[in-house]
Amino acid sequence: MAAIVELKNVDKVYRGAVDTQALFNINLAFEQGSFNSIVGESGSGKSSLLYIIGTLDRPTGGELWLEGYSTSSLSSDGMAALRNRTTGFVFQFHYLLPEFSAMENVLMPYLIGHRNADDKVKKRADELFDLMGIARVKNNMANRMSGGQQQRTAIARALMNNPRVFLADEPTGNLDSENTAVIYRIFREVNRQFGTTFIIVTHDRRIAEQTDRIIEIKDGRIVMDLLK
Amino acid sequence: MLSLRIAFRFLRSNPAQTALITCGMAVAVSIQVFVGLLIGSLQSSLVDSTVGNSPQVTISSNTKVPSIFAWDSIIDTARRSNLISAASPVAAGSAITVSNEKNIPLLLKGVHIEEADRIYRLKEAVYQGNLYVGSRDVMIGRELAAEIKAGVGDKLTVVLPDGTETIFSISGLYDLGSAAVNKTWVIANLRTVQQLLGLPGRITSIEMSVPDVFNADSVAAQLKNELNDSNLRIENWKDQNQELLGALRSQGISSTIIQVVIIFSVIIAISSVLAITVLQKSRQIGILKAMGIRDLSASLIFIYEGLLLGLAGSLLGIALGLGLLYAFDAFTGTPGTGNTIKIKIDYGFVLISWGIALAASTLAGFFAARRSLKLNPIDVIREG
Repeated sequence: MAAIVELKNVDKVYRGAVDTQALFNINLAFEQGSFNSIVGESGSGKSSLLYIIGTLDRPTGGELWLEGYSTSSLSSDGMAALRNRTTGFVFQFHYLLPEFSAMENVLMPYLIGHRNADDKVKKRADELFDLMGIARVKNNMANRMSGGQQQRTAIARALMNNPRVFLADEPTGNLDSENTAVIYRIFREVNRQFGTTFIIVTHDRRIAEQTDRIIEIKDGRIVMDLLK
Repeated sequence: MLSLRIAFRFLRSNPAQTALITCGMAVAVSIQVFVGLLIGSLQSSLVDSTVGNSPQVTISSNTKVPSIFAWDSIIDTARRSNLISAASPVAAGSAITVSNEKNIPLLLKGVHIEEADRIYRLKEAVYQGNLYVGSRDVMIGRELAAEIKAGVGDKLTVVLPDGTETIFSISGLYDLGSAAVNKTWVIANLRTVQQLLGLPGRITSIEMSVPDVFNADSVAAQLKNELNDSNLRIENWKDQNQELLGALRSQGISSTIIQVVIIFSVIIAISSVLAITVLQKSRQIGILKAMGIRDLSASLIFIYEGLLLGLAGSLLGIALGLGLLYAFDAFTGTPGTGNTIKIKIDYGFVLISWGIALAASTLAGFFAARRSLKLNPIDVIREG
């Protein structure tokens, strides 16, 4: 199967009073529809890797290929458009916009890319709320929901544009075990239904063991790449 | 439109802050509109009361003989040129009247009443009696009437420098708004005065008004050119009132300075509030960028915030400013308060003020937008 994400010789150095190299010569490829996790200790470089894959950050060396496009020549707006169309992000914190309702938050990525949402698009948002099991709170303001509901709204938002790559950075870090289990069940269901590629960053090995491929990073280098 | 929608929601999410900055801007704009319109009205009232009811261009003789003969043709030429709005031939000479054994100096002024009315608005100035009609009638001013204790129907004896005494009947009392004029001018029939002064067919000056009083100097220059007669002296009020013009100019400059300072304070106030908003909303902007919003759209949010605040603040401010002006007019315009300012709403000025306030607040939004460009979504995410 073709690679949807490919990193070639990727380095990342954070410039400052003292330069810090977070990633060393990373070479990785993720296949379309695969379900992957990246594990590592805090500060190992796993989040840096995820931000580069999600085009939130640029590598200082090497190249990222996303959906067949090399990102190195893209402008900031070009990266933004590619990110909006191709990827969906979920973080440890939900980052919903408190000024908008849950429904408006979910529609936001579509509105960024397309200006107006027609009935078909709103129907898709409704389906995502159903899939997340939070249809009854869809008209609540974003800050008028429980932590679990907020995180599920954030996942629905990340899925709104039907992304080919779903990136999650410690997505259940703030949730209890019950909500954690529900969310991983949803991830699996989306992966199966829509063929979405999942790349989940976690420091929890028990979660990683539920994925099909575990990549371990230590001190900015890949030390293990295990395909089940 | 998404940027506008987000801007609107951001403003609505913090109603107290939005209301405060809108009110702040409204107060600033209201002062600007109030001061601008008030000073404009003051200047126009001042000009109107100083030169509006008096000739703005005067033609007199430039020779040793202080009279003009062919005045009909001069007036025809001036009228044909379309430069003037009224022209009144005047035959005037000094005289006295005796009251209580006291000599009171007078200026016996012979005019064509209809022509003089267009310049002095005599019909409005007459507060008792009528405009004179007969050859032996005169109108006298309020102060003179009080001094000689005479009224309509009484006689007035005028003594010319050669000792000739003429008895006139007082047909009306006028008030031209100037004590000096009211005390000395005795307005009579042109032909009568011409005969009394020994100037048959001649006059001493032609008084003219012009459509735009501030154009009086250029009208005078053009008339000089058209008439091309070195025996005529053509004067205009601007040359004779340099001090007044200087005062008007200074007043105009001070008004402009006040308005510019207000506009700057609006820009600084809104800029600082929007700069704080950028900080307050940095998480939201960061996450919108993570979702793929373009830099321009993210910047537009703050430009729209400035525009929306400007729209609300300026409209409220204009309403408040006009309200202040009406209140000022209502309180000071009541009879007996001595108010001489005739409030005039210059809608062009209001429109320009509105445009400037909108531009200023949008500019403030632009400064905030520039700050938002520097926001990096990763920084927001890392900070949690």
